[in-house]
Amino acid sequence: MALISFTNKGIYCRQGGFYIDPWQPVDLAVTTHGHSDHVRWGNKAYLCHELTRSVIEQRLGEDLHIETLPYNKAVGINGVKVSFFPAGHVIGSAQVRLEYKGEVCVVSGDYKTEDDGVSTAFEPVKCHTFVSESTFGLPIYKWQPQHVIMDNIRDWISRNRDQQKTSVLIAYSLGKAQRLISGLSGYGEFYTHASIENLNRRFRNAGVMLPETTMINPEIKKEALQQGIVIVPPALADSRWIKNLIQPATGICSGWMQVRAGRRWRSADAGFALSDHADWPGLLGAIRATEAEQVYVTHGYTSVFSRYLNESGIKAQEVKTRYGQEEEEQEVLP
Amino acid sequence: MKRFTQLIRELETSNKTNDKIAALISYFTEAADPDKPYVIAMFTGKRPRRPVNTALIRLWATELARIPDWLFAESYHSVGDLSETIALVLPPPTRLSNRPLHEWIQDLQALHLQTEAEKKQFILSAWDSLDTQERFIFNKLISGNFRIGVSAKMLVNALARQSGTESSKIMHSIMGKWEPSAINFAELTSGAHVNTDNSWPYPFCLAYALENAPEALGSPGEWQAEWKWDGIRGQIIKRNGELFIWSRGEELVTAQFPELHFLAAELPDGTVLDGEILSIKDGNVQAFSILQQRLNRKTISKAQLLSAPVGFYSYDLLEYAGADLRSETLTYRRSVLEQVTGQLKTKGIVIPSPVVAFGNWEELAMLRESARQLNSEGIMLKKLDSLYHAGRNRGDWWKWKINPYTVDTVMIYAQKGSGRRAGYYTDYTFAVRDGDQLITVAKAYSGLTDKEIKEVNSFVLKNAVEKFGPVRTVKPELVFEIAFEGIAESKRHKAGLALRFPRIARWRKDKKADEINTLDDLRQLLHSTL
Ligand SMILES: [Zn+2]
Ligand SMILES: [Zn+2]
Repeated sequence: MALISFTNKGIYCRQGGFYIDPWQPVDLAVTTHGHSDHVRWGNKAYLCHELTRSVIEQRLGEDLHIETLPYNKAVGINGVKVSFFPAGHVIGSAQVRLEYKGEVCVVSGDYKTEDDGVSTAFEPVKCHTFVSESTFGLPIYKWQPQHVIMDNIRDWISRNRDQQKTSVLIAYSLGKAQRLISGLSGYGEFYTHASIENLNRRFRNAGVMLPETTMINPEIKKEALQQGIVIVPPALADSRWIKNLIQPATGICSGWMQVRAGRRWRSADAGFALSDHADWPGLLGAIRATEAEQVYVTHGYTSVFSRYLNESGIKAQEVKTRYGQEEEEQEVLP
Repeated sequence: MKRFTQLIRELETSNKTNDKIAALISYFTEAADPDKPYVIAMFTGKRPRRPVNTALIRLWATELARIPDWLFAESYHSVGDLSETIALVLPPPTRLSNRPLHEWIQDLQALHLQTEAEKKQFILSAWDSLDTQERFIFNKLISGNFRIGVSAKMLVNALARQSGTESSKIMHSIMGKWEPSAINFAELTSGAHVNTDNSWPYPFCLAYALENAPEALGSPGEWQAEWKWDGIRGQIIKRNGELFIWSRGEELVTAQFPELHFLAAELPDGTVLDGEILSIKDGNVQAFSILQQRLNRKTISKAQLLSAPVGFYSYDLLEYAGADLRSETLTYRRSVLEQVTGQLKTKGIVIPSPVVAFGNWEELAMLRESARQLNSEGIMLKKLDSLYHAGRNRGDWWKWKINPYTVDTVMIYAQKGSGRRAGYYTDYTFAVRDGDQLITVAKAYSGLTDKEIKEVNSFVLKNAVEKFGPVRTVKPELVFEIAFEGIAESKRHKAGLALRFPRIARWRKDKKADEINTLDDLRQLLHSTL
């Protein structure tokens, strides 16, 4: 019998009696990472990586029943061996490996294959069944190495400074924001929005090394912001607050910025194709490395990507899930 | 190539006209001289012949990217631009080159004479030496179709400021006949070539749409009203015995309209008329759909000459006896125009567009209501003392169109859009009711705000019933009011009729799907307008 099935509550492991990233309340939610479409409120218990605990507590509240597990350590649940492997997506993100009677299944949640320097780097895990996302599952999505993108962002910031413009980077609070402050460290004072700063604080408390940042507050002078690097989540992209800065220049950091139409649609001053999801070669490489006999494709270009896998000799099937609602997956600003 | 690529990046990373003009000015200041005329040609839509056809380019790109054709098609659908799709799917380059733009363009032009194998070798080697952004530009150079959000006016303003020349002069010389390979930048901006060329047209003067009541324009006595015609805006030029007809798309269309060739003999040399090419039968202007049947054809049949005979309603006189009249007043130009057309021996084909007499705005508003009966789109208002501007100049010329027809429809299909809104469901198909069936009557892309598009997008995601490739059938629930300019019989459409220029007027959130119009409603409208 298969180790997982796709139900209307989420990905279910019958043998273990638990769900992975369910979208309806269940008894035990094994959680890949802290993005809101992968972890929801109302479950009786959560099992996640230690660092994802920080995110869940920040976002869903302190008084939840949360069990944690480090990477590469197993725990048995009703005879199913459950372990976490780094997914490289955001801080604390994990692939869930299930093993039962010699059968191995890996649910990867969201992942990226490039080491971003803040999230623990992705590790391929051999398995029989692999569940993959396909947010950027088209061959047009091939990322530049992170250091090249960071160089481009630094150039942009320095041009902004020459022209007395305030550099405002639009980045998702969990993931992209931490990558930016670590990648641009030493290039200026960081001013971060509260939603970013609350997570940073928890990560620092949990032992993650992050450069110093200042939470944006009304006391900070606009001239200081103009000299520094402002980072805000996409919800603020078109806000009055940004318009009122001194000559604001906005730069959106998202995989969708790879395509000109994506840049125009967001009407930002600049777009940087910096993504927390695997690109086309990343997806294909990760899937091949699992040597899986069966691949399930969740959120993203599911039908295109699974068709391509099948034509390439990898048995694949698209699955309907409720994932794909995080900022970058959705192609939409709220 | 690198400097030009930088220009394109700068043009794309700002939405502000001033930033774009600044980017253009610095480009024309810094770039290598031989590149500049090519860039001007590109931005003004002067297209060289394609050296390699699209199908081949696409084939080579999919081969090189090692992807199946259907996957290329999906990628293209998501990107919305062929040149960009190719640039993105190709493997990374193995070397870099620093060739100047004009050399690339010249090499591409030289490909015409080469074999397919040679062409392929050149293109593949070029792709392998350019980064993604440069490849995109290179692919655009092949297609010759470079639309990058730079209007002719913007370019002219930048060139005027960069070279310290008057903008109307620049516009004039750019519109003339020139080849980027045979002219240098200084000659081009100074306009040396235009004085030797018989055919060069003037930039058209354009009108702004009048959104509010005309009362705000002041005294009716200061204005001339004309019918707004729906044909092909054109310029007729007679110089040194030669006749040229230009369309507003800056195309020479002389051969398409043999009915106007008598002007070569009858118009005096040094005359330029602005006006509308229309199908006129028995003194009446016919609907645009009738004129359309004979457009862009290599040969025009006798039957077409009979069913859609062409005439020219002249709006203005731009040149007379070789002198530029554009800085004279409309009153003056009109009086000379009437003289010139009055002296033509062939009567009834080229006439001044009739002036609509009116005493006050209210009366004009009533006259405007009758425009449709004349196959006119409304009223043009021109200030009597207005000069003939190059392009649009707010305040002097207004078009006061009649309200479009509208029909309430329900959305039944949605497809992801391309361009700015790639990735969203933005292209919709609408239906009206016919008994218990829904019959498709229009496809429309525009007319919603970004916010509404996002709302419709999430409706489509939740309510998709079926998939046909990229098309989603959705529950027929959302009602939209579709505006259109006309209606015509059509055998190609299941409804038996087709709407002209359909667009979304508004989202009728207040209406339910059972309140939409019926096919019979449209049939009635069709018969009343025939
Ligand atoms: Zn995620
Ligand atoms: Zn996800």
